[in-house]
Amino acid sequence: MISRSGISVLRQARTQLRTAGPTPVASLSALARLLSSLAVLEQKDGKLNQGSLGAITAAKKLGGSITGFVAGGNIKGVAEEASKVSGIEKVVSVDNSAYDKQLPENYAPLLVENIKKGGYTHIIMGHTAFGKSLMPRVAALLDVQQISDITAIEDEKTFVRPIYAGNAIATVESSDDIKIITIRGTAFAAAEAEGGSASMEHGADPKAESTTEWVSENLAKSDRPDLATAGKVVSGGRGLKSKEEFDRIMLPLADALGAAVGASRAAVDSGYADNSLQVGQTGKVVAPQLYLCAGISGAIQHLAGMKDSKVIAAINKDADAPIFQVADVGLVGDLFDKVPELTEKLNK
Amino acid sequence: MSGLRILVPVKRVIDYAVKPRVNKAQTAVETAGVKHSMNPFDELSIEESVRIREKKTYPSGVEDILAFSCGPPKSADILRTAMAMGADRSIHVEVKEGDEPEPLGVAKMLKAVVEKEKINLVFLGKQSIDDDAGQTGQMLAGLLGWGQATQASKVTFDGDGKGVTVEKEVDGGTETVKGVLPMIITADLRLNEPRYASLPNIMKAKKKKIEKMAARDLGVDVGRRLKTLKVIEPPPRQGGGKVEDVDGMIAKLKELGAI
Repeated sequence: MISRSGISVLRQARTQLRTAGPTPVASLSALARLLSSLAVLEQKDGKLNQGSLGAITAAKKLGGSITGFVAGGNIKGVAEEASKVSGIEKVVSVDNSAYDKQLPENYAPLLVENIKKGGYTHIIMGHTAFGKSLMPRVAALLDVQQISDITAIEDEKTFVRPIYAGNAIATVESSDDIKIITIRGTAFAAAEAEGGSASMEHGADPKAESTTEWVSENLAKSDRPDLATAGKVVSGGRGLKSKEEFDRIMLPLADALGAAVGASRAAVDSGYADNSLQVGQTGKVVAPQLYLCAGISGAIQHLAGMKDSKVIAAINKDADAPIFQVADVGLVGDLFDKVPELTEKLNK
Repeated sequence: MSGLRILVPVKRVIDYAVKPRVNKAQTAVETAGVKHSMNPFDELSIEESVRIREKKTYPSGVEDILAFSCGPPKSADILRTAMAMGADRSIHVEVKEGDEPEPLGVAKMLKAVVEKEKINLVFLGKQSIDDDAGQTGQMLAGLLGWGQATQASKVTFDGDGKGVTVEKEVDGGTETVKGVLPMIITADLRLNEPRYASLPNIMKAKKKKIEKMAARDLGVDVGRRLKTLKVIEPPPRQGGGKVEDVDGMIAKLKELGAI
């Protein structure tokens, strides 16, 4: 094991030397550090997405130097924000509004160009909608097999990721020279936004055209906490019976707890709640301090999205529902009575 | 302007309702004797392709719907299902059970098929429910240099037969993008409701052609880049038992420090 990892370290050192090109100083520091990670950070409307800072936390676990990457129009403010993040050494930014709409067709060539220029060994990004659409394209362009949605890092080439809707945990070792990784946000907390003082650099801009253009977006507006990062989540299922009841029963409970609102696939499919609220294998994966669900039976696909929650509480009238096998606190009863009573008592 | 030539890759996976078990040697998930079916997202891709044909939503129609699968001999069953749902023919790249290529390898095979069969639209599922990687469509788009729209919940074609407008599921809501053919689209759950294959269609599907080939016939190296060192069961959660009433629930949540 030791000798094998030694060989790989040597190989990486050689790769570094090769790609470092005409700057001997850079290659010396590369030798001293071997590992160099690029954390791809997301921004929207000139604001750094704090959730994307988990990539820096993952990079810290790897060791080695950490560079942040941001792109978009008027990116200076975002780059400055990123440069203050703790643990980051350098921020590479590309100022071009063509990258604002997060289109993988032009963003992937942009990233590839900067990866080649920087000679990074690890490229890390959140397993978000953008990360999911972008990174496999980047990986293919670099002829690398991506490692998706990792939950832990064992060493520079060994990663842990859930498969089969979280029913199995695989440890995989990558033989690629560049590791392209997306991380599960709930497994890597965002790095602190303060304390860093990274240098700033302009990245390369290949200005690739995108055959696809952005038309519009329709984002659910809410004053409640963001589902993916909320400390508390209340979630409703088919048992709510209608959208009116969902809103009448679940929203006051969410407000009483200061929680985000989630839903099962059944509730979403029936139109009780918006698609973006779906928790599960194909929706959001959440791991809050408290996950309180009502009218959810606990299908495998739903459990995949919430079973790493610290405390799970469930209200269901079926005492044999699978949700009770994972719930820390279970209450058998009619949610139309129990949830309003709970809301009222929490408000006191 | 020619008709659509659609490629739909499908994967045989453990049925979504089965709880997977890790084998004793902790090398993989037990697949022997376990019910398998078509990856649910791939059903949506087939369904959508067939609907484009039936509803004539593409101006010059659908010329061909080609299903593709790379997997063990039994993957042929999945291809029959795809053809019973309306695919015209299939390609089966046969590999040994447990020897399925990684997404990059599959994407390379698909690229070869796209070029050979003059495909102008590839409809994939957004992820397979076994590996949960969610990469193949995007990788294929990258290899071909085509536009991509992932997690599609609605697909419409322009009257000129070039533009494709796709509504995508993204974090926090939906986003609409417009691409041009040829293109890669991956299906999200909300795209449609797949049909059940009727008995007459299942019978008809038996006469449709499955072309068998090997990865090397496509001139593709599908060597693995990732080595699975270990597969384990996740730590089981201890159900904490039940409480009698709402007061009991609040007390327990307080005790656990959750509120």
